[in-house]
Amino acid sequence: MGEIKNILLVGVGGQGTILASKILSEGLIQAGYDVKMSEIHGMSQRGGNVSTQIRFGDKVYSPIVGKGEANIIVAFEKMEALRWFEYLKDDGIMVINDFEIPSVPIQQGTAKYPEGILEDLAAKAKVLVFKAGEIAEKVGNARTMNIVLLGALTKAMDLQGIDWESVIMANVKKGLEDINIKAFHAGADQVK
Amino acid sequence: MKVLMTGNEAIVRGAYEAGLTIASAYPGTPSTEILENLVNYKDDIYCEWAPNEKVALEVAIGASIAGARSMAAMKHVGVNVAADPLFTFAYTGVTGGCVLVSADDPGMHSSQNEQDNRNYATAARILMLEPSDSQEAKDFMMLGLELSERFDTPVMIRMTTRVCHSKSMVEIGTRVEKPLIPYERKIAKYVATPANGKVLRKQLIDRLKRMEKYSNTAPINKAEYNDTKIGVISAGIAYQYAREVFGEEASYLKLGMTFPMPMDLITEFAGKVEKLYVIEEMDPYMENQIKMAGIQCIGKEIIPEMDELNTDIVRKAVFGTDTGVLQSEKVAVGRPPVLCAGCPHRGFFYALRKKKNIIITGDIGCYTLGSAAPLSAMDTCFCMGGSISAGHGAAMALKKGGSDKKVVAVIGDSTFFHSGVNSLMDVVYNKGNSVSVILDNRITAMTGHQDNPGTGYTLMGESTREVDIPMLCRAIGIKDENIYTVNPLLLDETGKVLDEALSKDEPAVIIARYPCVLKAFTDQDKEEFDLRPKKCYIDQEKCTKCKVCVKTGCPAIFSGEQITIDQGPCTGCTVCMQVCKFDAIREVE
Ligand SMILES: Cc1ncc(C[n+]2csc(CCOP(=O)(O)OP(=O)(O)O)c2C)c(N)n1
Repeated sequence: MGEIKNILLVGVGGQGTILASKILSEGLIQAGYDVKMSEIHGMSQRGGNVSTQIRFGDKVYSPIVGKGEANIIVAFEKMEALRWFEYLKDDGIMVINDFEIPSVPIQQGTAKYPEGILEDLAAKAKVLVFKAGEIAEKVGNARTMNIVLLGALTKAMDLQGIDWESVIMANVKKGLEDINIKAFHAGADQVK
Repeated sequence: MKVLMTGNEAIVRGAYEAGLTIASAYPGTPSTEILENLVNYKDDIYCEWAPNEKVALEVAIGASIAGARSMAAMKHVGVNVAADPLFTFAYTGVTGGCVLVSADDPGMHSSQNEQDNRNYATAARILMLEPSDSQEAKDFMMLGLELSERFDTPVMIRMTTRVCHSKSMVEIGTRVEKPLIPYERKIAKYVATPANGKVLRKQLIDRLKRMEKYSNTAPINKAEYNDTKIGVISAGIAYQYAREVFGEEASYLKLGMTFPMPMDLITEFAGKVEKLYVIEEMDPYMENQIKMAGIQCIGKEIIPEMDELNTDIVRKAVFGTDTGVLQSEKVAVGRPPVLCAGCPHRGFFYALRKKKNIIITGDIGCYTLGSAAPLSAMDTCFCMGGSISAGHGAAMALKKGGSDKKVVAVIGDSTFFHSGVNSLMDVVYNKGNSVSVILDNRITAMTGHQDNPGTGYTLMGESTREVDIPMLCRAIGIKDENIYTVNPLLLDETGKVLDEALSKDEPAVIIARYPCVLKAFTDQDKEEFDLRPKKCYIDQEKCTKCKVCVKTGCPAIFSGEQITIDQGPCTGCTVCMQVCKFDAIREVE
């Protein structure tokens, strides 16, 4: 049995994780992999966190990723990176969007947004940090942040053999195809 | 052609291809998307939201008796509500194939309990199928309708959250039309009087034997022999975890039909393997039946009896290998769900929490979040519709025990139509004195904005008559002067109405009417309510940082060195403006 790869996309409702995972799974299917994908977004509209799990390989059984099994985690938000850290494999990569979305207890002053997350995680695992929102803005549309992160993911996972451009073209809003493709490459450029 | 689909989408595809024509459901996670997707085939399939699960199942039963293939879908706790018709439907059997989809929620991602509905199949004696991925969800839906007709039985397809919401590849086929079976009156079959029931009961025993025989040869119950040192029996999503953990070496008996259990097949499999594991989520459902047959196996001695399983948990349980995970000493702060900025429920609960000497019986919906800090304005919540009846019981107990506490029951519009109406009849009929509040946000919000009998639209998108709640309350017997309608975003008015209702020693109803901010507003909503986009801001010169506005629990308000309002999520509901004593909050001109 060929090795199964595990990907986690984690963030907060409204950050575009769903579209990113849709493009990702379509690309992987086109490349001939067996793909399973699992989304939990129960209370996202009401401020909850969202997570998408994607597993691919020759034959995939479980649709969900266990602790210590993720080859890569893309955290669309910093505190979510911390929340999901124990799902990362010892030698996995954590891509972190350097962006904070406080949760309600933090907003109301009953809890504090944890400090020093990036330093702490970087000391323990392979971590790649950048500001995807700013890159998206530079490309010309802040809402392409999810595609910036997707670009980084595909490069970090060595999935460049797949024709991502056509999958992106088929899945983003009409008229925004070029800007999304630019965002995708700008994200990939973050991975050296 | 193969398509990536969720299990729920695959159920829909199976129903469509198998020629189903009638479907009814009440929403509930993780089952809701079944009818939401089925309605895409509305030219071929009649789809409806029923007010509750019992009604939904009865609609499917009626359609089956009239000769159509039909289904009902619901979350696990919905089957509790539908259990009454289900148990007798098992006696009468079907005409057109009829499937009940039960979507269980191990791990309680969004439920009040994690009951294991496989127990219903044994208790009601209905054929049960358990898909473990989307392809099986589609195949089993089609097979289920067929088996229902073949064995003259309702069929339960038991899904779980991960099967419902995970996506995997599904082969798409074409629809085969199933013309209506010509109607024949069959009084002895369909009129379950005791006399007929006794005959039907015997037939059920015979049917069980035939179904078990089929189960032993059913292609969906299949053995895969590899090395026979270890044998694993599993079903549903647990099979996927087991298959991955035990790998290519072990032998498997994968069960797609789990009631009646294929006991001959199991005995044969158990005889060929040295060590037998039963891997299943939640109850020892298969394990108990296997052990009762005198077969030794390892199950719940090592596999947790609660919560979801995953590969991680199964691996640890079986092989004791703990891979050791990366850890940080830092702790991520939770993201508890909260009432949205602008939610009309917030205004109501803010007014309610000021009332002293009351017990607040709550119910299930977005408004259950009124129980969370800082509002903390709810004492109970256990099942849909329970607020008004439990409130009545509490009120009677308080009265009889000499307490002067009063009771306010709080219920949403969809939940009121679900089963709260019956409870309200009880309050009036039995001369209670509790105050029932119907939070009418003009939609079933919690489960993702489904229409209901009060919204004026059907699932198929047609406009329809809507329930007139005040008139309904009047018809039940609430006195005119004890029925109040209020805009819950107006705090003073809501507070006054509460005082007045609480002062009465007879049943009173308050209808807090204002649309959910996230819903797609109808023309009627736009006419009735002022829904123009508005924003509020804080005048920092006047703000004393007393934080009263923060205590409304609004997620648009940030409490840091300054108190500010995030203009993005703010809807200008003005609840914070009304609670500010320093006139520091204003509407943006
Ligand atoms: C028996 C049962 N069926 C379905 C559900 C799922 N469910 C939870 S909340 C809810 C809707 C509540 O709607 P409403 O009463 O209108 O309140 P809102 O969420 O709009 O505030 C449903 C259907 C359940 N918990 N129990």
